[in-house]
Amino acid sequence: MATANLATHGATDHDHDHEHHDNFITKYIFSTDHKMIGKQFLVTGIFWALIGGFLSILFRLQLGFPDMDLTFLKPLLGGWIDDAGKLDPNFYLALVTMHGTIMVFFVLTAGLSGTFSNFLIPLQIGARDMASGFMNMLSYWFFFVSGVIMFISLFLENGPAGGGWVVYPPLSALEQAIPGSGMGMTLWLIAMTFFIASSLLGGINYITTVINLRTKGMSFSRLPLTIWAFFLTAVIGLLSFPVLFAAALLLVFDRSFGTSFYLSDIYISGEGALPNTGGSPVLYQHLFWFLGHPEVYIVLLPALGITSEVIATNSRKPIFGYKAMIISMLGITILSFVVWAHHMFVSGMNPFLGSIFMFLTLIIAIPSAVKVFNYLTTLWRGNLIFTPAMLFSIGLVSFFISGGLTGIFLGNSAIDIQLHDTYFVVAHFHLVMGSASFFGLMAGVYHWFPKMFGRMMDARLGYIHFWLTFVGVYLVFFPMHYIGIAGFPRRYYSWTNFEFSNMYTDLNMFVSAAAIITFAAQFIFLFNFFYSMYRGRKASLNPWRSTTLEWTTPLFPGHGNWPGEIPAVYRWPYDYSKPGAKEDFIMQTVPLSATPESNLPHEQELVKLEKEIIAEEEEVLVANESKES
Amino acid sequence: MEEKFAYIEGAEQPISMHPKKFALWLFMVTVVMIFAALTSAYIVRQSEGNWLEFTLPDIFYYTSGIVILSSIFLHWAYVSAKKDELVQVRLGMSIAVILGILFLIGQWYSWVALVDKDVYFVGNPAGSFLYVFTGLHALHLISGVIFLIIVLISSFRYKVHSQSMTPMEMCVTYWHFLGGLWLYLFMFLQLNH
Ligand code: HEM
Ligand SMILES: [Cu+2]
Repeated sequence: MATANLATHGATDHDHDHEHHDNFITKYIFSTDHKMIGKQFLVTGIFWALIGGFLSILFRLQLGFPDMDLTFLKPLLGGWIDDAGKLDPNFYLALVTMHGTIMVFFVLTAGLSGTFSNFLIPLQIGARDMASGFMNMLSYWFFFVSGVIMFISLFLENGPAGGGWVVYPPLSALEQAIPGSGMGMTLWLIAMTFFIASSLLGGINYITTVINLRTKGMSFSRLPLTIWAFFLTAVIGLLSFPVLFAAALLLVFDRSFGTSFYLSDIYISGEGALPNTGGSPVLYQHLFWFLGHPEVYIVLLPALGITSEVIATNSRKPIFGYKAMIISMLGITILSFVVWAHHMFVSGMNPFLGSIFMFLTLIIAIPSAVKVFNYLTTLWRGNLIFTPAMLFSIGLVSFFISGGLTGIFLGNSAIDIQLHDTYFVVAHFHLVMGSASFFGLMAGVYHWFPKMFGRMMDARLGYIHFWLTFVGVYLVFFPMHYIGIAGFPRRYYSWTNFEFSNMYTDLNMFVSAAAIITFAAQFIFLFNFFYSMYRGRKASLNPWRSTTLEWTTPLFPGHGNWPGEIPAVYRWPYDYSKPGAKEDFIMQTVPLSATPESNLPHEQELVKLEKEIIAEEEEVLVANESKES
Repeated sequence: MEEKFAYIEGAEQPISMHPKKFALWLFMVTVVMIFAALTSAYIVRQSEGNWLEFTLPDIFYYTSGIVILSSIFLHWAYVSAKKDELVQVRLGMSIAVILGILFLIGQWYSWVALVDKDVYFVGNPAGSFLYVFTGLHALHLISGVIFLIIVLISSFRYKVHSQSMTPMEMCVTYWHFLGGLWLYLFMFLQLNH
């Protein structure tokens, strides 16, 4: 024990030395400090969110106003707008593909997990940094390279990948299929390879850190739910991203080396039959959705974790059902690996298999419902403080309910035959995944901004941003349910050739208008974010009067987070409004022996033991110091 | 003191594994997942019919033997390192490296043997899968050989001994894992083709 202590001392001294040599490059660019890396992920994520959002506005213009003259976009899009002012149909496909890829992977995976797992894990478990700062840095830079490659693909002559974010072969495997399956697809695959490497490096680090580097007293049953969520997210990623890699690898071989993993008996007009035989496109779908479904939870779980923390803090109440929250997250983690084929009910898969997957899919509604129930009961009769972060968290709960319900419709294979690949699905996942996770991200930014930048964001702008976005999201996605039930297929450039679509022209126009307003509202956030970074009100040390460890660090924590010893932890993170307590929150670092007035009977019994341990700790410290000097 | 702590800890103690070793285990999990995906893809695809039947190259038996031998020698080196018998460490590791390279050469000849049987990378997926399995495994094995060489060099610099075993333990774990992975793949192919 003594040697171990000495070793950590050595390590921190070393870190302190480093601090003095930090120059611009090691501090802001090739940083190994988890806090800086988290911020790098955040800013990069915001950049991609703007691009991804902008792309969606472009295709919403086409969908809502199919007759519009888009010539004014020519300076930006060049040849993709033809002389009549029409958007190129192939570019439309590229737009939806890039929008999906960017939002799912770059914004809601890297931008969300990357930001908050990096920033919060060491701060909330009481660690100096991640297990490997270097791997952490690599994780960011692999993500960055991935982004650069994807960005370059946007400007290719033939456009970026166009086969949808799921890039199903044979469409994505054959250059002759669509322009987007040429160079754009190649770059997509390269970019995603880097992205997978980045996610795995990050995930390995998160798991190792949570398991190995918790401070004294921080048992798993005292971890904030944020950490549980990030931890399980990393576990899901670790198990599912390699499978995407395998799927992509075989696709690369099919595309570039002429193998037939996914291709069979294909005729191309003007070329005749391709030599490939024996491949199976359904095989790709299995491999893809084995990642694809867990991926939606990779996106959602961190947002749920953030919500747990924000809702408990701002209800001034312990989270309802802490253990139930953990168990349901564990349940979701496990179940998320056995439901993938609900995306393939109409792919020609054996219908019997379909009914098994239907059963498993519907089971996943149970842990999801438990979580919703616990959020609502935490809010119930709380002393609610409506900070912007709190509003965004409540918004998340709302989307999780409204979007989750439609999941139950879709999970029934008989109904899905009608609804598959319609706008109903688009509505479902934009509410439950897109908007819910985005709101979780926003809640996290508003809540931890003071810890990130030492300043407060402007609350009033936050409220405006929240209400515009919240109402906007419903105005955009709620009507899509009806559009989907009416039979509008997704990924169609236009429906004007179909008689039935005329009835819905106005609704589509409405959706597009709402989307533009919602997108515009994000600039309020953007302004607030960057303005507050430099000009915001100075934050106090614990502005939300929260219990977790990150609020015990200095306003601007250095590399190493705590200037002295890492604080030990004596209680769970949700001691809010404890009966008898002096204040309505007790930090995790306050020993039970210091709060006799509020201890519960079983806690009172622990006090004696706790005292003994504190005494022993001090002995060790004194011994160490005398050894060192 | 450790036991007393158990009460605050609610029984859990951070596991006492070196973080880098733990990270290596997690990395091996990702490798397992890649091959789990590929081998299940193999089964799914095979069950759909139109599957080329051929016999596996015999050379796989020899390469399997080589990989087992290399693990044995590496284990010997590892035990010696614990006892600070540096000469044996270097000898055992060098033999393991040489056997590792022999294994890679053997795998290359298995491809030659496949081509002789008219089984190509491009063609029926039955053959393509075989190339992907062996190729991807060989890539990982190359990383293992490099790791071995790095530790071997540090053993010449007197940096591997009973007080400093972490890198040695890591490369031994990784190497046994890669050997085991090959045996799994070989057995899998024996049973499913
Ligand atoms: C109550 C739980 C849920 C059930 C039963 C469910 C069921 C389904 C089903 C059956 C589909 C396939 C629809 C089709 O393509 O025909 C689907 C699509 C989708 N779901 Fe869910 N879902 C649930 C919750 C969620 C959650 C929590 C997320 C994300 C956080 C999510 C994200 C998605 C996405 C992204 C798609 C569409 C993927 C695509 O085709 O591009 N779902 N869901
Ligand atoms: Cu799913």
